[in-house]
Amino acid sequence: MTELNKAHTVAAGEPPPAPKKAKAQEEASLWMDAWRSLRRNPWFVVSAVLLVVLVTMALFPQLFTDNDPRACPLSRSRQEPSAEHWFGTDIQGCDYYARVIYGAANSMAVGVIVSLSVFVIGVALGLVAAFFGGWVDAVLMRLTDLVFAIPYLLGALVFLAVQSERSVWDVSLILIVFTWPTFARLMRGSVLAVINNDYITAARALGAGPLTIMRRHILPNSLGPVVGYAAVFTGIVIGAEATLTFLGVGLQLPAISWGLQLDEAKSYLQQLPHLLTFPLIFVALTVFAFTSMGEALRDALDPKSKKR
Amino acid sequence: MTTPRTPEPSFTGDTASPLLEVVDLHVEFHTKAGVAQAINGLNVTLNAGETLAILGESGSGKSVTAQTIMGILDMPPGHIAGGEIRYRGEDLLTMKPEKRRKLRGVSISMIFQDALSALNPVLPVGWQIAEMFRVHQGMNRKLARQKSIAMMQRVGIPAAEERVGDFPHQFSGGMRQRIMIAMAIALDPDVLIADEPTTALDVTVQAQVMRLLKELQVENNMGLILITHDLGVVADVADKIAVMYAGQVMEVSDVYEIYAQPAHPYTEGLLNSVPRIDGQDERLNAISGLPPSLTDMPSGCPFHPRCPYATDLCSAERPGLLPVVAEHTSACHYREEIYNGTRQPREEAQA
Repeated sequence: MTELNKAHTVAAGEPPPAPKKAKAQEEASLWMDAWRSLRRNPWFVVSAVLLVVLVTMALFPQLFTDNDPRACPLSRSRQEPSAEHWFGTDIQGCDYYARVIYGAANSMAVGVIVSLSVFVIGVALGLVAAFFGGWVDAVLMRLTDLVFAIPYLLGALVFLAVQSERSVWDVSLILIVFTWPTFARLMRGSVLAVINNDYITAARALGAGPLTIMRRHILPNSLGPVVGYAAVFTGIVIGAEATLTFLGVGLQLPAISWGLQLDEAKSYLQQLPHLLTFPLIFVALTVFAFTSMGEALRDALDPKSKKR
Repeated sequence: MTTPRTPEPSFTGDTASPLLEVVDLHVEFHTKAGVAQAINGLNVTLNAGETLAILGESGSGKSVTAQTIMGILDMPPGHIAGGEIRYRGEDLLTMKPEKRRKLRGVSISMIFQDALSALNPVLPVGWQIAEMFRVHQGMNRKLARQKSIAMMQRVGIPAAEERVGDFPHQFSGGMRQRIMIAMAIALDPDVLIADEPTTALDVTVQAQVMRLLKELQVENNMGLILITHDLGVVADVADKIAVMYAGQVMEVSDVYEIYAQPAHPYTEGLLNSVPRIDGQDERLNAISGLPPSLTDMPSGCPFHPRCPYATDLCSAERPGLLPVVAEHTSACHYREEIYNGTRQPREEAQA
C-alpha cells in the first residue's frame, strides 16, 4: 500500500461505530432502495392496504360474511340495501353482499394467472430477442406484430364465443394468448437499454459466458419497468375479465364473478341500480389498487428515478 | 464444479515468443457513410513485465485496438479485415470462441475508463469480485468472498471487510476504479489492458490509481497496455510508448528516448503542444489541421496533410514502421532527419 492509501485507511477508520450502525439499518441494494421509497409513497400504502383486503377477500371470503352466496330464497328477491342485507338482494333472492365478496376470487384468479404467465413469457422472449438479436429478434418481433394486429377484445370474442363451456382457465388462456406481446416488447426495450452498458461489456471482457451475463447482469437491471407494468396489467386484466363476462363470452353461471353480476344487472339498471353499483365499485377499486401499486413499483424500481 | 482449482495458466503456448503481439491488424466499421478504417495495419509487441503505453488523440483507434484484443468489439458494425493477435504465439482471432472466452479475465484482462458504468449497479462490489473466482475457478461462495476481501485490501480499499457488501454507488470514483482493478487482476492475468483508466478521475486520484497499477504490475510481472491521451500519465509509468495516428502506429520507442528525441513529426507536434509552465510563447502550439476522416483516408502517409515536413513522396507512398536506432521505430520517410533534428519545415508551413 502506498502512503496515500494508508492515509485513507486512517481517515476512514476513525469513525467506525457510526457508519456501522447506519449500515445495519440501511441496505443499499436496488430492492432495498425501492422498498424504502415505496414505504414513503402514500399511493403505495393505500393500494397495498386495499390489495391486502381484496386478496384476503378472494382467499377467505368466509371472513367477511356468514351468508352463503348460493342460498337464494326467492321470497326475498329484489330487496334494497338494508341492515340485514348490506348490498340488498338480487333477482334470485341471494344476499348480494355475499355474492360480491365471493366474486373476488374468480376475478382475482384471472388477473393473477394472466399477468403472471404473460410476465414469464414476455420476460423470457424479450430477453432472448434482445440478447441474441439478428434473426431470432426479427422472428420474435414479427410474431408479436402478428398478435398485436388482432385487438385482444376481438380475439377473445371470436375464440370464446365458439366455446360452450368457459372456465377461469379458458378465459385466462385466451387473454394470455392475445396480450403477451406487450410484455415481450417492453422487456426487449428494457434489455436493449441495458445491454450496451459498460458493465455488460466489462463482464464479457472478464470472461463471463452468455448465461451468466443474462442472469446476473441483464435480468436484474432490466426487470424494473416490467415488474411495475405487471401490477398495472393485473388491474387491466380484471377489468377485461369483467368486460368479457359482461359481453357474455367470459365466465358462466353458476360461477360467481363481478362480470357476471354486472351482466345480470344490466337488464334492471333503472329498477335496481344497486345491483350494478356494488360490483362496479369493487371492480374499480381492484383495478385502481393494482394500477397505483404498479405505478409506485415502476417509480421505485427505476434506477434513474430521482424520487428516492 | 465445487472443488476450487488452483489458478493455473489455462494456456500452454510457446514461451519464446512475446507475450502479446499484434501483427498487421486491420479493423473496419461498416457504416452508412462508407467503410471507416479504424485500424490500418497496426503492429505492437508486449513483453512480460513491460508497460506499453498506446498514445493517441481521440479517434486514432486506441480503444478499438483494446476492444479487438479483448474480443469485445461490436461485430457488426465492426469487422476484422486482417491481421493476427498472438498471445504466447497463438492467434486469438482464429481461436475457438469458447477457448478465447476462457482466456478473458484469466490470462488477458481489462479495466475501463469509467468504473461507475463498468460495475453492475445492482450487485454488491464484493459479489462482483467474487464472481471472478466463482465463474472461472468454480470456487464456493464463502471462499470467494474471503478472496474478494483480500483483493479489496490489496488494491487499497480501507475497511474492506465492512465494505464488501456495499454497492458501486456507495464508493468514490477512485475507490470504484480500484474495485474494477481488483476484478481485473483477481486471477493474476498475464496481460492487463487499461483503457484510459484515470480519465474519469480527478488529478490527485489519478496519481494514486496509476501508482497502484504500476505496483501491481511489478508484483505480478504483468504485461500492461496503457491506453491514454495523457502525455503526463505516460511519462510516469510507461516503459515503451506506441504513438497512434489514424489507426496506425507512427512511432514506437523507449519512454525517455521519445520525449528527448522523437523521430516522427506527429510525435514532435504532440510534445510541442504540451503547455509548459516556463513557456515563453503566448500561444499553445497546436498541430494544424484535423485528423483525417476514417472513411476517406489520405493516400500515402496519413499524417502528410498536416505535416510541416511533407513532400510529394509522403502523399505517394506510405512509410513502413522501420527502426531509426535500436528499439526505436518510426513510420516516417524522413525518420533519421527528424530524429537528428536536421530537417527543415516547408516554407508555407513555416508561415
